[in-house]
Amino acid sequence: MSRNRTERLVNLVICLLSTRRFLTAAQIAATVPGYEHDAEDPREHEAFQRKFERDKAELRDLGVPLETGTSSIFDTEPGYRIARREYALPEIPLEPDEAAAVGIAARLWRHAGLAAAASSGLAKLRAAGIDVDPHATLGVEPVVTVDPAFAPLTAAARERVEVSFEYRVPERDGKSRRRLQPWGVACWRGRWYVVGHDLDREAARCFRLSRIVGAVRTTGVAGAFEPPAGVDLISYVARWSGPVEHTGTATMLVRPGRAAGLRRWAESVESGPEGDRLRLRYSDAEGVAGWLVRYGPDVVVLDPPEVRDAVVARLREILAGARADAAVGTPSDTPVSAGWVAAP
Amino acid sequence: MTAAVPRASGDRLGRLLNLVPYLLSRPGILLAEAAADLDVSERQLREDLELLWVCGLPGYGPGDLIDMAFDGDRVTVTYDAGIDRPLRLTPDEALALVVALRMLAETPGMANRDAIQRALTKIETAAGDLADAPVAVRIPGNDDRLATIRGAVERRRALRLTYYTATRDETTVRVVDPMRVILVGGRSYLEAWCRRAEAVRRFRVDRIDGLVELDEPAAPPPEAELSDVADGVFQPTADLPLVTLRVGRSGRWITEYYPCERVEEESPDAWRVSLRVSDLAWARRFVLGLGPEVTVLAPAELADEIARQAAEALTAYPR
Repeated sequence: MSRNRTERLVNLVICLLSTRRFLTAAQIAATVPGYEHDAEDPREHEAFQRKFERDKAELRDLGVPLETGTSSIFDTEPGYRIARREYALPEIPLEPDEAAAVGIAARLWRHAGLAAAASSGLAKLRAAGIDVDPHATLGVEPVVTVDPAFAPLTAAARERVEVSFEYRVPERDGKSRRRLQPWGVACWRGRWYVVGHDLDREAARCFRLSRIVGAVRTTGVAGAFEPPAGVDLISYVARWSGPVEHTGTATMLVRPGRAAGLRRWAESVESGPEGDRLRLRYSDAEGVAGWLVRYGPDVVVLDPPEVRDAVVARLREILAGARADAAVGTPSDTPVSAGWVAAP
Repeated sequence: MTAAVPRASGDRLGRLLNLVPYLLSRPGILLAEAAADLDVSERQLREDLELLWVCGLPGYGPGDLIDMAFDGDRVTVTYDAGIDRPLRLTPDEALALVVALRMLAETPGMANRDAIQRALTKIETAAGDLADAPVAVRIPGNDDRLATIRGAVERRRALRLTYYTATRDETTVRVVDPMRVILVGGRSYLEAWCRRAEAVRRFRVDRIDGLVELDEPAAPPPEAELSDVADGVFQPTADLPLVTLRVGRSGRWITEYYPCERVEEESPDAWRVSLRVSDLAWARRFVLGLGPEVTVLAPAELADEIARQAAEALTAYPR
């Protein structure tokens, strides 16, 4: 923006803040330097009107609350003003430690748009007289990344606009278009989700933002729906993440010095002549079997049969799969032998 | 949020509208100090002041233009022409600040959580309706353990860690010089100089099995640099072994959880997935744990090892 235009816009703000009455475009042109023109000359007048329209748009983009209206019934054309209470940032009595926290929060975003918004917000707090210690730390530094769908979905949730997007779940083939009334966005265990009313399933659903493919489209008008009162977004996302009850106990023999990952979770470890005997709590036989199989011959399950059988079944299937691959040409020069020991 | 990026043209106007109230609340501030605080050069600041000096409404009398008094390198605004407050927060500014504060307030082990909460309440009040950001944050974690580690970092003390290294499946004891605690993707890490590896290492807090604060200062050497983790904690490099897997439907989730170099959807029941691993022994445990839906296509020695391990493990179970 040219220096002249910047100067004119500052003057326009000063002019509209200083008036209580609505000022017409002609009154503004007579007051604000840079709008001087011959109103009788149609071309000059048209040029002024275009300039004024652009300037109003610029101020609105910046968040300046321009009001339009008439001051009396005698006014034939609408005028403009800025209501001071709408314009001004309210007093924010931040203590130094609170201001430091806001300063740290403003540095959190790695996403360019959010980072710019946070730092321009912080600049306004500074302009309000708040001093922010730039060197303050809180000891733990969250590194926050957001998916591209974050911005359009938070905006849509704020404005209550319906959205649609392509959604892809790895376990399913292809992608599908979903239509949603977004209630809000939730961050759970470092991942972002959108929660809302799914217009096709006619039920509350949540979607992982990283699985949204391409652009989020908005449809219809703002204020198209009302989220349920006091909706707890996290409760939808974390519904399946409650504490798992470990009701079973498995016993196994582990080679000395091996399977450190299992030992960390063992309830007890007893050394014996055939190896270390571990007791491990578990919730689901298939789940724990997958974990135990990782350690190959270093772990032998003794009990209970459901875990032992699940481990044996998995090992057999893995071996069958590997042999089938070898048969169709995966290079495998060395014969499978029982004596192979894992490299340390 | 692309809409929130202030366009270059609006940048200066926004800055100027902030500058008057900023100076108004800090009479006699040094120009250099103000420039540093506002993150502009001193020259730019002087140009901004020159521009503001001619702003105002002419013809209303002597006090109609913005006025400033200069005293050496200090400046005081003596007439603000009505711009005595900054502009209110935009919806995007309110969202960015409120959500970031919620994020801090939720971060396990955070110091001074009380101040964060108070700040959040005040910013929300100031933002009014805009503070009703439709964003919720929950970051579960071991608050006590993190607070202990954070304390050691703040006291600048060396730590003796008992640490489980998943890539090698071993638990070792090592002395480290803590540098910082970070939270990435919902997980907490201690970043420290590891005296054993003689390199900066990140230790996942949930794998720290023991912790002793030593009676000696943390002294990371000058070459110890903090790493950029914005793209994830594990950033595979081309020198690491490449593993190619055939993945059935139930194993597809790995493409979301691990950085994959290639994913080719050959058929619904067979995706060809390539990923770099830091250790082939880790890859062996990883693939064994994934079960029969995942088989190794390359490297051949990995496929062989898995078959051998499965065969050997089976010998322990009578048919």
